[in-house]
Amino acid sequence: MFEGWDAVVLARAQFAFTMSFHIVFPAFSIGLASYLAVLEALWLATGREVFINLFNYWLKIFAIAFGMGVVSGIVMSYQFGTNWSAFADKTGPVVGPLMAYEVLTAFFLEAGFLGVMLFGLERVGHKLHFLATLMVAIGTLISAFWILSANSWMQTPAGYAVNADGQFVAADWLKVIFNPSFPYRLVHMVLAAYLTTALVVGAVGAFHLLRDSHLAGARVMFSMAMWMATLVAPIQILAGDQHGLNTLEHQPVKIMAMEGHFESHPDGAPLILFGLPDEQAAKVKYAVEIPKMGSLILKHAPDAPLAGLDTVPRENWPPVPITFWSFRIMVGLGFLMFALGLLSAWGRWRGFLFEWRLLHLFAIAMGPAGFVAVLAGWITTETGRQPFTVYGLLRTADSASPLAMPAVGSSLLAFIVVYFVVYAAGLTYLFRLMAQPPHPGEQGPSKETPTRTAGITPAAGVVAEGAAR
Amino acid sequence: MTASIDIATVWAFIIAFAVFVYVVMDGFDLGLGILFPLFPAKADRDVIMNSVAPVWDGNETWLVLGGGGLMAAFPLAYAVLIPALYTPVVAMLIGLIFRGVAFEFRWRTTQTTRNRWDIAFAGGSWLAALAQGIALGAILQGVHVEGRHYAGGWWDWLTPFSILTGLSVTIGYALLGVTWLVLKTEGELREQAYSTSWYLLFAMLGAIGAVSIATPFLHIQYAHRWFTWPNVILTAPVPLAVAIVTVLLLRSLAEKKDSQPFFLTLVLFALSYAGLGISMYPFIVPQSITIWQAASPENSQIFMLFGVAVLIPLILGYTGWAYWVFRGKVRPGSGYH
Repeated sequence: MFEGWDAVVLARAQFAFTMSFHIVFPAFSIGLASYLAVLEALWLATGREVFINLFNYWLKIFAIAFGMGVVSGIVMSYQFGTNWSAFADKTGPVVGPLMAYEVLTAFFLEAGFLGVMLFGLERVGHKLHFLATLMVAIGTLISAFWILSANSWMQTPAGYAVNADGQFVAADWLKVIFNPSFPYRLVHMVLAAYLTTALVVGAVGAFHLLRDSHLAGARVMFSMAMWMATLVAPIQILAGDQHGLNTLEHQPVKIMAMEGHFESHPDGAPLILFGLPDEQAAKVKYAVEIPKMGSLILKHAPDAPLAGLDTVPRENWPPVPITFWSFRIMVGLGFLMFALGLLSAWGRWRGFLFEWRLLHLFAIAMGPAGFVAVLAGWITTETGRQPFTVYGLLRTADSASPLAMPAVGSSLLAFIVVYFVVYAAGLTYLFRLMAQPPHPGEQGPSKETPTRTAGITPAAGVVAEGAAR
Repeated sequence: MTASIDIATVWAFIIAFAVFVYVVMDGFDLGLGILFPLFPAKADRDVIMNSVAPVWDGNETWLVLGGGGLMAAFPLAYAVLIPALYTPVVAMLIGLIFRGVAFEFRWRTTQTTRNRWDIAFAGGSWLAALAQGIALGAILQGVHVEGRHYAGGWWDWLTPFSILTGLSVTIGYALLGVTWLVLKTEGELREQAYSTSWYLLFAMLGAIGAVSIATPFLHIQYAHRWFTWPNVILTAPVPLAVAIVTVLLLRSLAEKKDSQPFFLTLVLFALSYAGLGISMYPFIVPQSITIWQAASPENSQIFMLFGVAVLIPLILGYTGWAYWVFRGKVRPGSGYH
C-alpha cells in the first residue's frame, strides 16, 4: 500500500496525522478550562443559577475533550522516540528539558486537580473547588508556554552550541526559552485557543437559541462567546500580522512559500490573493494579485524589495502549494471570525442579538472554524519550516529513526484505524451532549436520560447538588 | 568530571523513581482493567471505575515524565531504546488510548447491557500491561547498538524471555488492582477481591521466581552481579525481604485486614524493582550504554534538577491531597450520582 514511499515520508505522515488529531483537543481545552473558571467565578460572585448550570453543562463536555487530549498527547510524547530518534538524540539536551518542565509544571497540575474539579465539589467545598478549576485552567496555559517554547526553538533556534557528539546543547537557557519567535507564537496560539472555544460555545448557544430564543443558558453562553469574537478576533489579526513580520525576519523562505513569491521583486512585491503554485515551473498559475500590496503588508512600504524563492537553492524549498493554501485558509477564516464579531456587536447594539436568526445560522456555520484555522495555521508554520526540523541546522531527512518502511507504515495504519474509531465515538458523544439544551437546574446527565440510572458523570450531579445548597 | 558523574547518577535515580511511581500507580489502574472479565456485573464495574476515575489521569502522567525525562536527561538511551521497542511502544500507546477514553465514554454510550467501552477498557489494559512487560524483558536481554543508533530489526524484542516478563508484569498489575479493590470496596465485591487475591499472589510469586531464575542466564554479567562475593552481601537481602513481605501479605489476606494487602504488594513491587536495578546498574541500555555515556550535558541536567527538586515534592503533595479527598470505600451509587 505504501510502495514508492520511504520511511521518512511515512514518519512525517504519522507525525502530521497524530499531531493534527491531538492539537484540536488542547486548543479546545485551553479555552474551555478558562471559560469554566470564569463561569465558576461568576457563579461564586453573583450566586446566579445560570452560571452553575452552564458550568455543569460545559464540564461534561470538557471531561470528554480533556480525556481525548490526554491519550492523544501521550502518543505525541513517544513519537520523538519511535520515528524521530536521531532528532531525539541530537536535540534532547535542549528540547527535552523544555518538555520535562511542561510535564512537571503543567501536566501534573492539570491531572492532579482534574479529579477534584470533576468529582470533588461536594467533598472539598466551593473555595477549594474553585481553586482546583483555576489550577486546571492555569495548567493548560503553562502547558502552552513550554510546548510553544520548544516548537519555537525548532523554528528559530537560539542560545545553543553543538557538542562533540553532534548534539545541540544549551549555551543560555533564557535565550533558548525566549527564542525570537516564541512570544509571537505563544500569543497567536493562546488567542487561537480562546477564539476556537468561543466559536464552539457560540455555535452551541446559537443552535439552542434557534429553538428557543428565551432560554437563559443559551442566551448567556451566546452573548459571552460573541463578546469574545468581537474583542479577540481583531486582536488576533493584529497578532498574526506581527507574527508574520517576525517570520519574515527569521524565516524569510517560509514567507516566500506562504506568499507564493517564486520570483524576487526589487520594486515592490504583489499580494497574490489566489492562484495555483507550480513548483516545477516555479510560478503561480492563474494568479489574482494586487500590485505592491505584498511589500506594503510585509515591509509597510509599497516599493520595498522582497526576495523570492529564486534566491534559495531548490533543496531548501518548503512544499510551496501546501504552505500557500493552508495560509490562505487560516487568514480567510480569521476574517470570517472578525465579521462574526462585528455583526454580533451590531446586533447587540440594536438589541436583537438573541432574535437574529441569520446571525445564529452564521455562528453555527462558524462552530468548527476555529479548529480548521488552528490546523491550517499549524500546517502553514510546520510545512513552511521544511526541509528542516531545527530550522537551517538539522534536516528532516537526518532526524528520522533508522527504521524499515514496514514498521513505520504498519504503525501509521494502526494509528489511523484506532483514531477513526475512537474519534468517531468521541465526537458522537460530544455532539450528543451539545445537542441537549442547557436546562435551568442542570443536574447532570443521570436525570436526563433514563438509561443512565447508575450514574454517569458523577461530576455534574455532585456539582449541582453542591450548588443547590 | 566527578560532578557530572554524580548528576548522571542522581538523574538515573530520578528517572527510575518516575518509572517506579508510574508502574505502581498506573499498575493498579491497569490492573483493574485486566480484572474486568472477572467482574461482569455492571454495578461492580461502575464501582471499580469510580474507585479510580478521579486519579487515573495523574497516574498516567508519570509515564510522560518517565519518557520525557529520559529524552531530556539521557537522550541517547531514549534514541536507542524507543526504536528498539517500536512495536511494544506503539501497542502500549494504542492500549492506553482505548482504556483512557473508556473512563468517559462508558458513561456516554446508550448501550445498556453490553458496553463496548468495557471491552475497550479491559482490552486496552491487557495490551498496555503486556506491552510494558515485554518492553522490560526486551531491555533486560539487551538490544543491538551501532554507533549512536539502534541497529536491530523491529521484531528483535520477541523472545520467550520477553513473553515471560510480559505475562509477569500483567499478573503483577492484576494483583495490585485486586488488592486496591480490597482497600476500596465493600460487600460481595470485596469478598471476591479477597478470593482472587490468593490466586494472583501465588501467580505473582511464581512469576518473580521465574524471571529471577531466567535473568542470570541472559548475560554472564547478571549472574556475576548477583552471585559473586562481595556482591552477595548487597544482593542476598533482596530475596530475603521478598520472603518476609510474602509472609506478611499472606497473613493480611488470611486475617482480612483491608488496608494492608495493597501496600504490601507495593513493597513487593519495590523489591522486584530494586532487583532489576541491581541487575542493570550502571547500564541504561544493558551491556552497551552506561548512564554516563547516555547523559545529557551537565547544564541540561542541572537546569532540570532545580525544577525536579522543587516540583516533585509539590506534585507528590497535591497528588496525595487528591487521593485523600477521595479516600475511603467507594459505595455503589455513591460518589457517582
